[in-house]
Amino acid sequence: MKTLIELKKIKKSYKEITALDDVSLKIREKEIFTVVGPNGSGKTTMLKIMAFIDEPTSGEVFFYGEKISNRNQARKKSTMVFQKTTLFSTTVYKNVAYGLKLRGYSKKETEEKVKEALSLVKLVGYEKRLAKKLSGGEQQRVSLARALALNTQLLLLDEPTANLDPKNVSIIEETISRVNREFKTTIVMATHNMFQAETLTNRVALLLGGKIAQIGTPQEILRGPSINLASFARLENVFSGKSKIVQEGTSVIVVDDGLKIEAALKKSGKVTVFVRPEDIIVSKKIMSSSARNVFKGKIVEVSDFGPVVKLRVDAGKDFVVQITKRSFVEMQLNVGSTVFLTFKASSVHLI
Amino acid sequence: MWEILQNPIFQITIRSLHISGTATLLSTLWSLPLGILIGMKSFPGKQFAKGIFNALLGMPTVALGLILYLLFSRTGALGFLHLFPSPQAIIIGQAILVTPIIVSLTTSAVESVDPEIADLAKTLGASELEASLAVLRESIGGVVLAIIASFNRAIAELGVALAVGGNIRGFTQVLTTTIALEVNRGKIEYSIHLMIILLAIVFTITLLTNLLQRRIK
Repeated sequence: MKTLIELKKIKKSYKEITALDDVSLKIREKEIFTVVGPNGSGKTTMLKIMAFIDEPTSGEVFFYGEKISNRNQARKKSTMVFQKTTLFSTTVYKNVAYGLKLRGYSKKETEEKVKEALSLVKLVGYEKRLAKKLSGGEQQRVSLARALALNTQLLLLDEPTANLDPKNVSIIEETISRVNREFKTTIVMATHNMFQAETLTNRVALLLGGKIAQIGTPQEILRGPSINLASFARLENVFSGKSKIVQEGTSVIVVDDGLKIEAALKKSGKVTVFVRPEDIIVSKKIMSSSARNVFKGKIVEVSDFGPVVKLRVDAGKDFVVQITKRSFVEMQLNVGSTVFLTFKASSVHLI
Repeated sequence: MWEILQNPIFQITIRSLHISGTATLLSTLWSLPLGILIGMKSFPGKQFAKGIFNALLGMPTVALGLILYLLFSRTGALGFLHLFPSPQAIIIGQAILVTPIIVSLTTSAVESVDPEIADLAKTLGASELEASLAVLRESIGGVVLAIIASFNRAIAELGVALAVGGNIRGFTQVLTTTIALEVNRGKIEYSIHLMIILLAIVFTITLLTNLLQRRIK
């Protein structure tokens, strides 16, 4: 398969800090490539170099084998969606049309392309609304549409679904895979979301401290035993303990303080597992369900991320759970509230 | 119609608008680029430059008026220009007076724009120049406000107009100088008329700006 963009010995420093250190990487045509890594590992810097926004301190960038020297021109080849939703203070239409105008499309072509892009993210009819007045998820979808309208060969996404509610996450994920499938767009995406890295992508790179620690298929990186991944700082709900196979298909993991987690795994001995914050259901009363893990705990911390709220719950061990702001308000939760945490044995993943 | 045109109140009003409007536009020529430059670029001494313009915001108009009088009067360093007294001298004086307002407000408007906007424009295909224009467009509300505030300051000031204009009937009389001197002469009613006009101008312009700002978005 052809290489679309290649980074060769890229180094990027900001004064004293080295953000990227000797990164060499080839992105293949038409693939979805994910970069995972903790905050500050250099993911955003790497994308900004591929977007030709930032200039590397040293090293070279090749696009279809051609060395890029004029970043002003190269910028039209790729486009990036930032982690922090950034919008022009104008209408949705004008936001999406911005890049098309720069490319000199006629009014009619622009209208068609804007409409097409908005339909991809399910925002047709929002053209005249002020972009900044939309909800967080809708705003991020406008940013995505604005990038999609340009139909560039390379699309760079910096944590496109961070801090969004599940409905918007699924619309964005759907759009990403559809664009890749139908328009053959090559996509490089930075994410914290292991599930996305696993389900959406062809290859994954693990970036640690500005260096590529590992590169491979999602299965190789996420399923295989990996010391690097275990040190993945932002991974929440990581528990280590002794696992015992109790029945066919499931194991009980006894975590250090006696907490018992049931997992749909066939593994005995010492293991490290994690549960994604969004996979845990929070309820005020105990629920009867098929889920195998139920814990009672107290909320010890609440962090607001706009549409979603992250709760830290002490249930013998600290769990981080993610719920929508609406649920949070309707359930009248706060620090100190007693809650039950419920999650399925199949939501427990092995590291 | 002819009567209205000949009416001194009308003439004074028009002169005021003309002098302060020209002064504001003139000042915009240098203050706006300067404000944008200070806001967008990082350079050594940037904080110092901002500090200077902020300090000059409070310049008393009488002090500036006196300095200009000393420069423009027949024996002054710029006496050869024969600008004292004249509407042109008032225009120059007011243009200088509002420079720190336009520079400071423009700088802070540009600085308040989301720093990612420039990168956003670039990733959508903009050149460095086009990216700067995108940042400017985001700060347009603040820039318009800077210009309007300057005009209001210019039309409402007294010190400069009196010092280098001299309130000469039919030549350099503007609203503020006329009010000041007519009050002294006991013509209260006449002064109140002029005051109402002055207030009406200032309020109308502010109101129109607010409406305009809502429209451009």
